[in-house]
Parts: sequence; C-alpha cells; structure tokens
Amino acid sequence: MAEIGSFALLLGLALSVYTFFAGIVALTFQKHALQPAGRPGSRPTLRAGTGALGNEGTLSALLRRGSERIGETARRAGIAIFAAVFLAAVVLVICAFRDDFTIAYIFHHSNRDLPAPYKFAVLWSGQEGSLLFWSLLLAAYGFVLRLRHKTDPRLFAYASVVLAGVQIFFLLLVNFAANPFGILEGALRPDGTGLNPLLQYPEMVIHPPMLYLGYVGFTVPFAFALGALIMKYPGEKWIHITRRWTMVTWGFLTIGVFLGAHWAYSVLGWGGYWGWDPVENASLMPWLTGTAFLHSVMMQEKRGMLKMWNMWLVFATFWLAILGTFLTRSGIISSVHAFAQSSIGTWFAWFLAITFIVFVFFFFKNKSHLASEHKLESLVSRESSFLFNNLLFVLLCFTVLWGTWFPKISELVQGNKVTVGGPFYNRVAIPVALLLLILTAVGPLLAWRKTSFESLKRNFLWPTIGAAAVAVFLMVTPKSWGSPFGLRPWQDVAYFYSLMAIALSVLVTLTVASEFYRGGRVISKHTGQNMFASMVQLTHRNTRRYGGYIVHFGVVVVIIGFAGAAFNQDKEQEMANGDKLTIGPYTLVCRSYTDDDSPNYASEWALMDVYKGGKQIDTMTPVRRFYKASQQTSTMPDIRSSLNEDLYLVFEGLNPDNGHPIIKAHLNPLVMWIWLGVWIILGGTVLALVPNAPAPVRVPARVHVDQRQPAPVATGD
Amino acid sequence: MSASRNSITKQQLGAPLLASFARSGHRKLASAVMLGAAVFVLLGAGDPGARFTEIGHQMMCICGCNQILLECNHVGCPSSDGMRNELMAAVTRGDSDSLVEQGFVQKYGPTVLAAPTNKGFDRAAYILPFVALILGFGLVVGIVRAWKNRPAPAIAGGLRPVRGAELEQFRDQAGKETDL
Repeated sequence: MAEIGSFALLLGLALSVYTFFAGIVALTFQKHALQPAGRPGSRPTLRAGTGALGNEGTLSALLRRGSERIGETARRAGIAIFAAVFLAAVVLVICAFRDDFTIAYIFHHSNRDLPAPYKFAVLWSGQEGSLLFWSLLLAAYGFVLRLRHKTDPRLFAYASVVLAGVQIFFLLLVNFAANPFGILEGALRPDGTGLNPLLQYPEMVIHPPMLYLGYVGFTVPFAFALGALIMKYPGEKWIHITRRWTMVTWGFLTIGVFLGAHWAYSVLGWGGYWGWDPVENASLMPWLTGTAFLHSVMMQEKRGMLKMWNMWLVFATFWLAILGTFLTRSGIISSVHAFAQSSIGTWFAWFLAITFIVFVFFFFKNKSHLASEHKLESLVSRESSFLFNNLLFVLLCFTVLWGTWFPKISELVQGNKVTVGGPFYNRVAIPVALLLLILTAVGPLLAWRKTSFESLKRNFLWPTIGAAAVAVFLMVTPKSWGSPFGLRPWQDVAYFYSLMAIALSVLVTLTVASEFYRGGRVISKHTGQNMFASMVQLTHRNTRRYGGYIVHFGVVVVIIGFAGAAFNQDKEQEMANGDKLTIGPYTLVCRSYTDDDSPNYASEWALMDVYKGGKQIDTMTPVRRFYKASQQTSTMPDIRSSLNEDLYLVFEGLNPDNGHPIIKAHLNPLVMWIWLGVWIILGGTVLALVPNAPAPVRVPARVHVDQRQPAPVATGD
Repeated sequence: MSASRNSITKQQLGAPLLASFARSGHRKLASAVMLGAAVFVLLGAGDPGARFTEIGHQMMCICGCNQILLECNHVGCPSSDGMRNELMAAVTRGDSDSLVEQGFVQKYGPTVLAAPTNKGFDRAAYILPFVALILGFGLVVGIVRAWKNRPAPAIAGGLRPVRGAELEQFRDQAGKETDL
C-alpha cells in the first residue's frame, strides 16, 4: 500500500510541475498572440490575420491555437493532481484502518484500539499527514477552480498557474521532506504508539479540516489577485469572481478558529478557551487580515479605491497562513501545542521568501495598473470608516504578530527570553478591539461619500441612549435587581473593559436592529406586508449587506461571551465521599469516585451531585484518562452550560496519600454566548452567499393606459 | 495602611473640587461628588485573597506546561504548588506587588512573568503597538484629508459640476426615492 501512496504523491508532483510550466508557456504564447487593437488602453484582441496580414496572421493563429492546446493540457493536468493526491490520502487512511505499522507515520499516530473516527483523523494528526491533507485541500480547491475556468479562461489560467506553484511546494515537502509513507525501520511492531490523547476528542475530527480549509482557501483569492496583477486584468471583475471564494474561506477559518477554542475549553482542562499561544495566534492573524480584506474590498467594488492596499491585504492573508504553519512546524517559537516539529521550517522559510519576492516584483512591475482616482467628500463617510476599520484590523494583527515574536526578539536584543501571555494581550489588544467595536456600530450606518449630522443624530440617538442605559443598569444595580454582575468598573480594569464591551455590543445590536427596522418599514409601507415578512424580503434583496449585519450581530454576541471572563471564579478541593464544595450559587457534593477500564484507556472519575438553592439539579462526572498506547494522561472536564454561566469540573487527580480525588471547579459566566455567536456568524456568512432576489420596481402611471389594446413595446438591455 | 493612604488621596483629590463647588453654592452636589470619589477609591482596596489571585494570574507555572500559575491544572506538577505557597506567603507578609514579582524573577528567571515588564527593552512590547496606532491614525486622517482636498475631476461636455446646497438637495432627493 505504501508504494501506491508514494507513487500517487510523485505523480501529483509531476502533474503539478507540468501544470505550472505548461501553464506559463501557454500564457506566454497567448500573450504574444494578442496585441492591443489600435487605441491605447483598449482591451487586447486576437491577431487572427487574414488577407493583408498574410503569413504573420497565420503564424499568430497557429501560435494561438498551439498555446490554447498547451493551456488545456495544463488545465487537465491540474484537475488530475486532485485525483493523484486524493488517492494518496485514501491510501493513508486505509493503512490507518488496517493498522499497517510498517508505515512509520501510522505507527507513531495510531494504535489497534483507537476508535474508528480517530483512525480517520490520523490523516491530519501528525506532521506528514497534515501536510498531505493540506496538499489534498489545495488540490481540491484547484480542481473546482479549473472546472469553472469558463467564467474567465485567461484569469483562471493565471490563477491555476499560481495555485500549481503553491501545490509544487507542498508536494515537494510530502515527497522529499515529510513523506507520510516512510517505512519504519527495524522489526515489525505489534501495536502503534497511539494518537496524542489531547487529539482524541470528537471536535478534533472536524477542527483541523475546517482550519485547513480556511488556511488553504486563502491561496485561491491570492492566486486570483496575483494572476490579475501579472496580466494587468482590467476592471474589478476578479474581485467579483473571488468574493464568494473569500467569504467561504473566511467562514471556514472562523469555524476552525472557534472549534479550536472550544476544543481547548473542553479538553485542556484549564477552564479557558484562548491562551494566546503562538499556534492560536497563527490562526488569528490571517483571520484578522482576511476580515480587513472582506471590508476594504467593498471600497474597490463600489468606488474603485484601495486597489493596491487590497492587493497587499490578500497577499498578507495568504502569507500569514503560511507563516502560521511555519511557526507551528519549525519549533522556532515554543508552543504547548505545536504537535509536530521538524526541520521543514527551513523549507517554509524559503517558500515565504520566494512568494514575498515574486509578489513584490510583480507589484512594483505592474503597480501603475493599480492606480486609481481617490476622492473623498467627507471625513464622516463610509469610505473613512473602512479606512479606520482596516487600520484597526491590521494593527490588531500587528499586535498579535509582535507579541508572538517578542520572546525571540527579546532574546536577540537583551539575551533573555520573556513570556508574552494573556496579560500582555489584555493590556494591548483589548483597547484596540473596543475601538473596532465602536466602528462596527458606527460604520454600517454611515453613507457612502458623506453623512450629514442630521442623519448621524437620527441613526445613533436611540441606540446610544439604549447602550448607555444598559451600561448604567449593569453598573449601579445590585445583583438582586436582575443585573448579572453588579458591574463596578472602578474596582478593576477588567470590569471596565467588560462593561465597555457589553455597552458597545448593545450599541452595535441596536444599530443593526434599527437598520433592519428602517428598511423593513419602507418595504412594509410599499407592499402592505407585516414587518417580519418585510424584513425577510429586505434581507433577500441584499443578502450581502444584511448577512453582514447578522455577522456583526454574531460578533457582538461572541464579545459579550468574552466579557464574562472578567468574572470567572475557581476553587480547588480534595473531595472524599460526602464532602462539599461551594462556588457561586452551586454546591457540589462528592457522591463517590471510582475507576474504569477500556481497551484504549483506563479512567478515574468522580460522581458529583450539583445543588442550587438547596435543590439537586444535576450530577456531573469529571474524568481523568490514562491512554495505554501513548502512556499519557488527559483530563476530560465535565461542563454544565447555561446562558448565565458554565459550571466546569476537572478531575485533577488522586491524592497519593489517601486516594481522594482532587476536584477543581470553575464558574465561567457567559461562555455559551461565544458558541451561540459563532453559529450566528456562520448563519450570516451563509446568508451573505445567497444570491440577491430581484427587487420589483413599480412606477405608478400618471396616465391611465387602456389595457385592452396593448401598445407594442421595445425591449431594452 | 491602605485605608489611610486612600483617605489622604481622597482629601488631596477632593479639596480643590469641594472649594470650587462651595464657591458656586452647590454644596450638596459637592458632597455627593466627594462621596462618589470616596467610594471609587475605597472599593479599589484589595484583600490578600484578591491580591493572590491577581498576582497569581500575572505569573506562569515554570514546569513547561506554559500555563498561568493559578491555571496550572495537573496534580503532581513539580512547580506550581511550591510557587503558589511562596506567593501566598509573600502576599500574607504584605510584600508589595513589585517586590513579589522581583523575588520570583530572581528565583525562576524572567519567563516566570506572564507578560513583559515596564522596564528597559521590555517596555517596547507595550509602546510599539500604541505608537503604531497613533501613527496609523494620523496616516489615515492625513490620507482622508488629502483625498478630500483633491480637485473634482473635470466633467466632459462643458457641464457644470453640482456643488453645495444644490448637491445636498439632489442627494436628499435620491435618498428619499431609493430609500431601502
């Protein structure tokens, strides 16, 4: 089997090389077969000569036909890459299911008693497999792109060449630096060393694919952007073509990032969901620049502005995704969950350098093509808000990048490493994030070109009053009045940030709601429909805009969830049978503790009765597992979630002196809002991808028309 | 100790303000402001438990788990129990935050702190993002002003550009007719 996999990978590499070079040859000859027709700046036309053009025309036609044929073979070879890489991936999965421990990768990442879904997940659980998986996803994106080439054959051909270039790099890696089909030397082992226990969790079956779909997916907008730059593509059509790709990719990356956070929360057992680890940061950075691109691209579409900036943003997003992989794999920056480190960091460093040089070369060569006429009428306009929005997103990305690299920089400058953890990001990133939240409230309500003071007052007065009222309510009312916290911002800066985050979230929510209401009211007035139906129709008429508003609403729900972290509590206690632990409104009573055994792991767990207000409401079972194959321990916290708070119990271990379990209880307010917010973001993204419904236009006739004798009408286009 | 420090602060902060309000005859308002200020200041005073939690969240466990000291969650950790005990002892003794941190840095090295300090090169970690924010903000404002001050492109065919009140009128009309 391993030979089949290795052969498929080599074949994939050969096909990628062919797609790349044949694509370049075809595009070069096509370029020579085209020439501007007369007027400068006009679109190129084919030099298909007849009559007076004579031999030159015939040669040109031959050149064109030849280049088209070569281009078509390159496209088909590009499609075949997917088949080859898919075969390699299938072979690796089959090897995992067949417990083929002759393959080193399977031996190191699987074992006989590993449950079937995790055997499938072996594909992306280690260095070599995850690079193969990356290649597979890239080939899949390329497969779809090459099938849809008729949308714009030349642009797609350029994008296909760029994708093939990236594909060559990843296939070189899996063929020569991190081959997943490498044979284990020495005698055949009876069993594998097993999958990392932290990865044996249901979300791990979907978290990496989602994240990788996001990472890899940003190669596609980059390929189109670079293609458009190289060929000096006229107009903004490439932006329209890549809009859906970018949004889908952004959606996958969002899901991937939050699935990672949920996995960390559910498995790592420290009670949090985001630790500002370099690997987490690596996933956040392309998300931030990708989000900036999704916003600023509207400036290019609507006003033809920011063409150069968008080109850099889309490149930065792609580049940061690769940089994230470099950080994870090179071991250059220490991280708790850099699962797979090796010398392939050098390969990534070269690839990063080459892509940077190639992009910068073409950017400066063709940047005159990106020149655009920038004209603003007012500082208070949608255009300005997008500029500030981009500034803050890029600044947040820079902050995360700076914090991630600072330990290394510190080591170089002052000779000692420092830790850059949560407290640093809380101090630096939260104020910027709050500014961004203000823009989220203000930006969508500003008109393109100019917004009058009257319009500002009309749109913001009530939302601002509402947000201020909620802030005052949270601040001054005691818990007994229904205020969730009795939030006193002067007690702690964390409370201040929390209050600001909630108040600004309310502001965003109210401005979003007012947008739906005002639009719905207009439709309702014209059609006589009820408000809800009108708002649905409104959304359907401009899915991108209103889908975007729903995404904004999802983001503020997530932010409210984050704000709850300021009020986290935890307690740790050794619990014999009948012992009690009180945290917040809950009393936990240890009913019993025991152990269990299964083929894959042995487990110790406690049975904890949960009381609230003197009444038993639940029984929870935090577990600690010992995985036999890998000889590693892992906790499985038990989490009782509600909209108000999560009760999070961790079985930390047994006291070696008396065998009593040690339980750590966390009370984490509002965590469920984060996961709810992500679903809303996902819903908004899907909605924004739905095509708009055509808006019916009804113009009342000033003169009555006799409909019995219809007059002939002309059709227009 | 902290109460007396707070009461001095209250008087120092409050006296000029009180005098100012007294001059304007708003004694009751001044008293209310003073009371509010006192509440602000006094509520900020922390107990040893709160200080332990706060400082413990500014430090890392050094066992290699890369977790915040008070969030290190594995039983049998060779480091975190001892470190917590040391921290609790220091807080109970009444050591200042900086003294506690200094002691930990001397014993465990600078990586024990969860974030760079505000001294020497470490300060750059905090300064640079805010410098970038200010520069970026200035840059964006400059760009917007430059774009705003650009002359409007000439209109072909000798047509007169619409400006000022007339433009506002057409804009309002367009807004009303296409309001969605």
